[in-house]
Amino acid sequence: MIECKIKIKLDSFILDANFSIPDRGVTVIFGPSGSGKTTLLRALAGLEENQNGYLKMGDSIWQDGENFVLTHKRRIGYVFQDAALFDHLNVQDNLDYGIKRSPNIEKAFIESIINLLDIKILLNRTTSQLSGGERQRIAIARALLIKPKILLMDEPLSALDMKRKQEILPYLDALHNDLDIPVIYVTHSAEEASRLADHLLLLDNGKVIGSGPINTMLTRFDLPMSHGKEATSLIDAIVVGREKEFDLMQLDFPGGQFTVPDNSLEVNSSVRLRVSARDVSLTKEKQIGTSILNIFPAIVDELSVEGGAQIMVRLKIKEVTLLALITRKSAEMLNLQNGVKVFAQIKSVAILS
Amino acid sequence: MLNEYDISALLVTIKLASVTTAILILIGTPIAWWLSQTRFKFKAVIEAIIALPLILPPTVLGFYLLMTLGTNGPLGNLLESLGGSSIAFTFTGLVVGSVIYSLPFVVQPLQNAFSSVGKQAMEVAATLGASKLDRFFTVAVPLARSGFITATVLGFAHTVGEFGVVLMIGGNIPGETGVLSIAIYDHVESMEYAQAHLLAGGLLVLSFIMLLIVYVFNRRFSIMRSDS
Repeated sequence: MIECKIKIKLDSFILDANFSIPDRGVTVIFGPSGSGKTTLLRALAGLEENQNGYLKMGDSIWQDGENFVLTHKRRIGYVFQDAALFDHLNVQDNLDYGIKRSPNIEKAFIESIINLLDIKILLNRTTSQLSGGERQRIAIARALLIKPKILLMDEPLSALDMKRKQEILPYLDALHNDLDIPVIYVTHSAEEASRLADHLLLLDNGKVIGSGPINTMLTRFDLPMSHGKEATSLIDAIVVGREKEFDLMQLDFPGGQFTVPDNSLEVNSSVRLRVSARDVSLTKEKQIGTSILNIFPAIVDELSVEGGAQIMVRLKIKEVTLLALITRKSAEMLNLQNGVKVFAQIKSVAILS
Repeated sequence: MLNEYDISALLVTIKLASVTTAILILIGTPIAWWLSQTRFKFKAVIEAIIALPLILPPTVLGFYLLMTLGTNGPLGNLLESLGGSSIAFTFTGLVVGSVIYSLPFVVQPLQNAFSSVGKQAMEVAATLGASKLDRFFTVAVPLARSGFITATVLGFAHTVGEFGVVLMIGGNIPGETGVLSIAIYDHVESMEYAQAHLLAGGLLVLSFIMLLIVYVFNRRFSIMRSDS
């Protein structure tokens, strides 16, 4: 676990962060601009002055009353918003800067990171000969090459345009899937959060307003994301087969099997599906003779009146949680209440990775 | 051409400027770094003191130095009581005066260069495992190299050109404290305009070349940076 109780006073802003998060997988720190996300990340790295509190990273205590482990002794990989490469060094020397200062970095490991981020052809360039996306890939590689105990990323995509973002995202997925170090990722983009997060830490105005597994957080009615037209839920699934004839593939998830358009992912690869609450409709009996392929038996978990005509329904398909946005009138016609059995018809899903 | 007196003045000048510049870089670097990083309340006071030689008449500075370092001055007395002798009218005294006189010309470019290195590059180095001293030498110094070039050239050139301080504290002893700027003055006093022209013109060309070096280098660095 990563345990943190940190208080920082800046001019007119107080960050009071008290939380514990798993020390594996990707934790996304999510919140609006000015909520203290970057300050919190910097505090985890030991870069903020004027802070006091307690910070435990796995087995090591980085900060408590008397002790403060300095940044250069924490062995963290930190990726800044704008790459922050050293302009007085070329790409190779930028990578070597950290390697030289870390014990036991094997050649094979260096090779593997260079391959993972696909930067071999960039090594002899100067930093001014790199595009924005390339700079960020070098910065990520530089941070990973010191074999950090944790990787901290501060909105690494925010300085990039849409095209560059799409160029970097697959590498971030690769990090997620191939590396066994915890990642803490700061962003204000819901898109990035839902694609990358295992765990979500919600920050607002310097305070942690919630922390938990991403889908739980997206579907908790006491948190803002579970309301309104943009509400979505996430389902992690695995590719199990395909129907070549119709260009479809089958995905297994703990609640059943999805059939979705084939996007040529290999069998056994894991995918994350995003289901918009608006695309889920409910029926009392299982429909036959419908064009909808994905229909699952579900149990109503909780209802939340959204104001106006609509109502948000949280469903359980076995242990998987899903949101459905329907009209109040339909809810009344179906006599929806907690514990009622229904069928969830999912009109469309987005494949995130 | 140059007579014996002129050549010795030239040698003393070059020696003085080199020693002074070396000392200035050594003491100016930590001062400039500290000024670029500190949030000390009275930082402006320190900056003003360092900048004083920029506007103070050199004779004023020289006068006070003479009073302090001379046989009857507090530092002169101290030195004599320690078994040494007063450093007024010695090469050492000239070096001390020149260091004070040229200090702002070294500290200010270095301070500006260190400020423009910015906090982030140093933080990146820290996350990559570099200690404070390590990141100073491997990140701050190389990124501030244009500041070092400017500081070196300005410190050297300004020391070559000083007159008032040298006159007060040096005393124009040939081979010891007799420098070029005073040699020029002596030549003019004795109506040896040809000799004066030679030395004055030489200094003019030298100063121009040194400034040219500063501007060419700084431009190259600023172009390299703006590319990225």
